Amino acid sequence: MNAARKIGVPVAAIIIFLALWEFLVWANGWPNYVMASPSDLPAAYAQFWELFLSGGWSTLWRTVAGLVIAVLAGTLLGMIMGFSRIARDALYPLLIGFNAIPKATLVPVLALLFIGQHDFNTVMMAFMISFFPIAVSVGIGLSTLEPEYRDILRSLGASRFTIFTKIALPKTLPEFFGALKVAVTLAFIGTNLVEIISPHGRGLGALFLSGQTNSNYPLMFAVLIALAFLGILLYYAVVFLERIFAGWAERAES
Amino acid sequence: MTNLIDIKGVTHAYQTPLGPLPVLNDLNIAVPEGEFCAVVGPSGCGKSTLTRLIAGLMKPDRGEVWLHGERVTGPRKTVGMAFQNPVLLEWRTILQNVILPLEIVAPSLPKKDREARAMELLALVGLEGFENKRPSELSGGMRQRASLCRAIVHKPDVLIMDEPFGALDAFTREDLWQTMHELRAKEPFTAVLITHDLRESVFLGDQVIVLSGRPATTQYVLDVKFPGERVLDGLYTPESSAMLHTLREQIQIAQGRAEPGQAA
Repeated sequence: MNAARKIGVPVAAIIIFLALWEFLVWANGWPNYVMASPSDLPAAYAQFWELFLSGGWSTLWRTVAGLVIAVLAGTLLGMIMGFSRIARDALYPLLIGFNAIPKATLVPVLALLFIGQHDFNTVMMAFMISFFPIAVSVGIGLSTLEPEYRDILRSLGASRFTIFTKIALPKTLPEFFGALKVAVTLAFIGTNLVEIISPHGRGLGALFLSGQTNSNYPLMFAVLIALAFLGILLYYAVVFLERIFAGWAERAES
Repeated sequence: MTNLIDIKGVTHAYQTPLGPLPVLNDLNIAVPEGEFCAVVGPSGCGKSTLTRLIAGLMKPDRGEVWLHGERVTGPRKTVGMAFQNPVLLEWRTILQNVILPLEIVAPSLPKKDREARAMELLALVGLEGFENKRPSELSGGMRQRASLCRAIVHKPDVLIMDEPFGALDAFTREDLWQTMHELRAKEPFTAVLITHDLRESVFLGDQVIVLSGRPATTQYVLDVKFPGERVLDGLYTPESSAMLHTLREQIQIAQGRAEPGQAA
């Protein structure tokens, strides 16, 4: 019953959303070249399924690679900011300033810096757009650790490293996973920015662009839905990891 | 005879943007081995600073802290700490929480022995059967019991407690006082208890030290002569009332609300 509800509720929500979309297009009488409707999509998938598979794979692995780098760099930055007041004061304005820059403007910069390195550029963009929430949440998690938590181990002569691995790190995990859920969706935006603005014929973004060039609106919407699907997929992968590593933070339902 | 804890002429000030804030001024405390020393005093008089000094987490500006005939210069493995907040690790079971200090102090001790030691203490405080629960599944009093077990699992010679029962309701608190006595009967340790509760200080302490207002100095030392056995009823005797009254007077003096000799 519980498992059926867990899957049934979100699936029902998606079906209702698609039905409303279909109704909206039908009620307004929008033609295909203004707004595609869900019923147009299966044809697009059937026609281009090979491109969807290869493009989806390109987008997915580059997004995941960018995320992995974002997790490593973001955690490291967060640790530095969490443990050192000076580093926190120094890095926050820089990080916020960097995060405020529209990342689309950095696509040509990357493209010029690393000419022809399409995979590298794409991974870098996914990383740059998604590390910020991770760094901030790890930093806050560590800097707000109650002193008593540190004292119970420090009074026994434990090293800073031991205190970090035994207390600070696990205690920060719930915040870390919260940030990772945000980062997942951001990383997809980063990957697609490069795929759409700096086309090199790969990824779902490139497929979107070719749909635009050919005025194939159902194809463009089919790409968007495929991206949404990949986003949901990766999000649940994070939820799965969260259950394993930070399941203790979840309160039992009463 | 040497004292297990010897605090000699400790003076300490915190550096603040508004200049130094003196918190302790020529403080002297002596606790013989196995004794239970309760420390009371007005709010913000530097009692928590005192616990950090004894634990070696801080160094005093002037004066000396001695434990077991050795001058304290940094953290030692023979100290146990418990706070008002039980600070249990939510991702560990109760058993794994209690074991934590052993992982630092005795990393070579086999897992089986660590668990056996923790189980022995958990049984002593009435937490048998809860060892595999998470802290969030326990009541406040039970969590504080587990926290006490963790503080003494590595057989420290000094147990430092900073208002460990402060956040508990009155009846739970009295239960834990009894538990404290039961622990003392089985586990030899010298204890320093910071508290705001005068009844608690008399019920648990062998001596009660009243600190003056900030900067705190030793204002008064009460040698507790508890009437008969340490049971709660003993608190409702003329002897206990007299002790509590003396402490009440001293606190009022410490708060600056009464002059010595004219407290009501």
